[in-house]
Amino acid sequence: MTEQTIAAIATAVGEAGIGIVRLSGKEAFDIAEKMFVTKRGDSPKSLPGYSARYGRVVDPYQGRTIDEAILLVMRGPYSYTGEDVVEFQCHGGVVVVQKILETALRLGARMAEPGEFTKRAFLNGRLDLSQAEAVIDVVRSRTEESLAVAVDQLEGSLSKRISAIREQLYDLVVRVEAIIDYPEDDIPELEVDEMAEVIRTVIGELERLIATADQGKVLREGLKAVITGKPNVGKSSLLNRLLDEQRALVTDIPGTTRDTIEEVLNLRGIPLRLIDTAGIRESDDVVERLGVERAVQLWGEADLIIHVMDGSVPLSSEDREILARTRDKLRVVVINKSDLPRVWSLDDLDARDLGEAPVVEMSLLEGELTPLVDAVVGLVSKGGIRESTASQAIVTRARHKTALEEAKADLENALETLSMGLPLDLISVGLQGALEHLGEITGETVRENIIDRIFAQFCIGK
Amino acid sequence: MSKNYDVIVVGAGHAGCEAAYAAAKLGCRTLLLTINLSTIALMPCNPAIGGPAAKSHLVREIDALGGLMGRIIDNSFLNIRLLNESRGPAVRALRAQADKVLYQSLMTQALESAPNLDVRQGIVTEILVEDGAVQGVKTKHGVEFTAPAVILATGTFLRGVLVVGQLRYPGGRAGEPGVNELSENLESLGIELSRFQSATPPRLHADSVDYEKLTEQPGSPVPLRFSFDSDHDDRPQIPCWYTRTTPKTIEVIRDNLHHSPIQSGSVVGEGPRFCPSIDRKVMRFPDKLDHQVFLEPEGRYTKELYCLGLTTAMPEYVQEEIVRSIPGLEHAKIMRPGYAVEYDYIPPSQMTLSLESRVVSGLFTAGQINGTSGYEEAAAQGIIAGINAAHKVLGKEPVILRRSEAYIGVLVDDLVTKGTTEPYRMMTSRAEYRLLLRVDNADLRLRPLGYKLGLVGEEQFARFNDKRRLINETINWLNVTRVNPTAEVRAKLQELGSGDLKKSVSLADLLQRPELSFADLKFFADCPELPGEVIEQVEISVKYAGYVERQLRQVAEFQRLEDVKIPDNIDYMKIHGLRTEARERLTAVRPVNLGQAARISGVSPADISVLAVVLKDVDKYVSA
Repeated sequence: MTEQTIAAIATAVGEAGIGIVRLSGKEAFDIAEKMFVTKRGDSPKSLPGYSARYGRVVDPYQGRTIDEAILLVMRGPYSYTGEDVVEFQCHGGVVVVQKILETALRLGARMAEPGEFTKRAFLNGRLDLSQAEAVIDVVRSRTEESLAVAVDQLEGSLSKRISAIREQLYDLVVRVEAIIDYPEDDIPELEVDEMAEVIRTVIGELERLIATADQGKVLREGLKAVITGKPNVGKSSLLNRLLDEQRALVTDIPGTTRDTIEEVLNLRGIPLRLIDTAGIRESDDVVERLGVERAVQLWGEADLIIHVMDGSVPLSSEDREILARTRDKLRVVVINKSDLPRVWSLDDLDARDLGEAPVVEMSLLEGELTPLVDAVVGLVSKGGIRESTASQAIVTRARHKTALEEAKADLENALETLSMGLPLDLISVGLQGALEHLGEITGETVRENIIDRIFAQFCIGK
Repeated sequence: MSKNYDVIVVGAGHAGCEAAYAAAKLGCRTLLLTINLSTIALMPCNPAIGGPAAKSHLVREIDALGGLMGRIIDNSFLNIRLLNESRGPAVRALRAQADKVLYQSLMTQALESAPNLDVRQGIVTEILVEDGAVQGVKTKHGVEFTAPAVILATGTFLRGVLVVGQLRYPGGRAGEPGVNELSENLESLGIELSRFQSATPPRLHADSVDYEKLTEQPGSPVPLRFSFDSDHDDRPQIPCWYTRTTPKTIEVIRDNLHHSPIQSGSVVGEGPRFCPSIDRKVMRFPDKLDHQVFLEPEGRYTKELYCLGLTTAMPEYVQEEIVRSIPGLEHAKIMRPGYAVEYDYIPPSQMTLSLESRVVSGLFTAGQINGTSGYEEAAAQGIIAGINAAHKVLGKEPVILRRSEAYIGVLVDDLVTKGTTEPYRMMTSRAEYRLLLRVDNADLRLRPLGYKLGLVGEEQFARFNDKRRLINETINWLNVTRVNPTAEVRAKLQELGSGDLKKSVSLADLLQRPELSFADLKFFADCPELPGEVIEQVEISVKYAGYVERQLRQVAEFQRLEDVKIPDNIDYMKIHGLRTEARERLTAVRPVNLGQAARISGVSPADISVLAVVLKDVDKYVSA
């Protein structure tokens, strides 16, 4: 197969001290030959795999040096993608890195699609599916904690956990199947209570794993947060203050719709995807810009809502309505402009609308941001998100969560079948279904295993 | 006499009989060749049909398609029993003790009187092949028979070696010669062979057994039948008997383990795990202090008793000591000693899903030659090979049953796709959709196909249609007939141990209650008189509707992978993402779709993901 050579900037734009441009494909070496001059004077094309050279990246069209850099050479199939790979490691800076990439593109490389290096690694057999998924997680990790979880997954703590759960189920299934397939052999009967207990235990363990899935999602994708409030209460100030505080980690990612963009920031290890409704900074009125329906939809999608109110002007029906409509959400309430006289108190709000949301009174113009950050982190931590991340299996992939939920549903079915006094062949449907769903995560086949285990455990045959 | 045929079947065991009958019935001039006309459809091991759950499913499926096995065992059994009755409709199983001589006679009669079919004695030593295609066969006497399709159903006869203790000598079965020439011929054609072994227990004289010490195992008091076409009769049943081994048995075996062919290595090839010899059971499960032994009559007019549970190829004097260590058998006389047989088989991944060789066009195989074990497994392959050999000759599409449609489909797909590392036996655990593949609905699944093929006659099919119509009408009636919560109805429900009724429900709703049966519905409505098999179908359909629907959804899901076809000329060596082992296995098996590919051992889920990606852009990977 002939795949075009691809190129991309491998480091985040503007963040790092060095910038890396990576090329992968048949022509990677030819391109390197044309745009890199080694200090030693040897030819990049002739370098053995896994070697490095110091030298200059040049623009062959203008004959000018772009930057001093290190050239790293990996030869297929012994490279990450399984193809010929070269990397230019330069001094970083948006302009220089962009310039190197453009030069590679002009020399015949094609801009890589998102994830294409990993896709090639997968297609060339360098990574299996679950590893490829984990690598994507590692690359996309936005904070150290989410990185730790992704690395953990790469090492297989989730599959270890699931294997342990499957083991209990296997013991049960193998007995059921041996009884069914060998009616004339002496295989001890299974008691209903005994089966029910095993099934309940496994359901409990699955539930605990599933509960980690929401934390996993937060760590992998970031907590989706929306700032609400009526016009001129200080939403844009809050946004800018948060962004200022986190300047180094901010990147712009296009939002899911045209009218929003996401700002990603790291609040003490919790990745926050702040949905910037594009116009906040200009008109400051989400509802006016987007319409009530869209605003309500945005609130619905959010994991966290930061509601900003102005303590210096009377409460409006809008404030009450927003609070009422977001009752079931994780919320922090900010009462802004504490530098001005307060004209209303918390008692003026409907206690049910306020619920248990922490309230932070502050001045976004001059006050410290710390109490607000504390409140957000405290709220998220209360859900158990932070403590549980260290060295515990956490479900981060939607695919895994679905498989776990389906396994649980199957077992609940089996339990119900059992309690109705229905026969083994029907009970086994749920049991085997659960095993298969768990196998989807670890990539094991079920049927042959059951049969092998029957023969290993029981003296069958006459 | 003409020596030109459409289909030639080599071997008249359970596979060969069904194959020859099916091919002839489909209109092909068919020749059935066997080493010995007196051993047609012999049961050289356990004289029983059915038993462990899925075997009776296979017999019912063969019968639904129009095969012989079910009808013949119904007319020749000594006793019949229903197993797994309490374990659910999907795994209920029949087991019939055969009068093995009568079984042979009835099968011989059926074949000898079948139109288009010649039955003839002869030892086939060579397959005639030209340009990679079968032309016919040649016998030891030098006679050539021509046909464009040949079915090999040679059982344990290819390079067969019999083993007792340290003694090894050539033979296909006790008292019958093996055939070496055919193995050599197959290898010269480029077909790879491998070795399996199997063994059988000693037979005892019925008058030398002390029945006082045995437990009687009577036949079912309820009339039972395998075939959908058999009538019930009330012939007297002859019981089996039950006893157990003792610590003395284990001692004898331990003292003589050095004589065990398995232990000493005087037998090679894998044996079946589900049918271990008593020596192997003692070795592998040292904590188990006694093992079951069943004594089974072999026929109405013979005194031989089959000794189920005592399979062994130990020297004869050790066999005698083992037998006599068992209660009731202290003075038993051995009539035939147990022995092991070692034989060539064709690792079945060399076949296609129609059971035709990938190497030699027109060469089909069925039964133990494909690495299976058991009369039922053999017969199931026989009917498929017979149909497909005939279809090849007639220029029709091969018949390939799906895994969601029949155990026969599971069997053939497992063999071809996964291969087997031991003699393969069917079990219900091998099927993904056990609730759909029930023993009771084999006719509903397969009879229409049998009729379409021409194996099921008009009269049989009309009877089937009547049954199907009655089932549908009754289910419909149950759904539309309402029961109101009157005082009378509620009292009756309480009396039947069922829950109270609050509002009006359909009869079907009532029948879904686990504690109520169809017979109970007569208290709530005027139930029509129905045949038992219709009531059974109606009860299962209504009671388990939810579970069955769920499996049907799984089938639809499963079918999605099955629907991703893989072009025949795909070059797996060009797909670098596949691991080497996967590339080799895929190249060997050449799966026809992604679902089949996923079932190949040595092909991982990651390989399937790679294939799935590749198949979207498949033109890059096909060979010119």
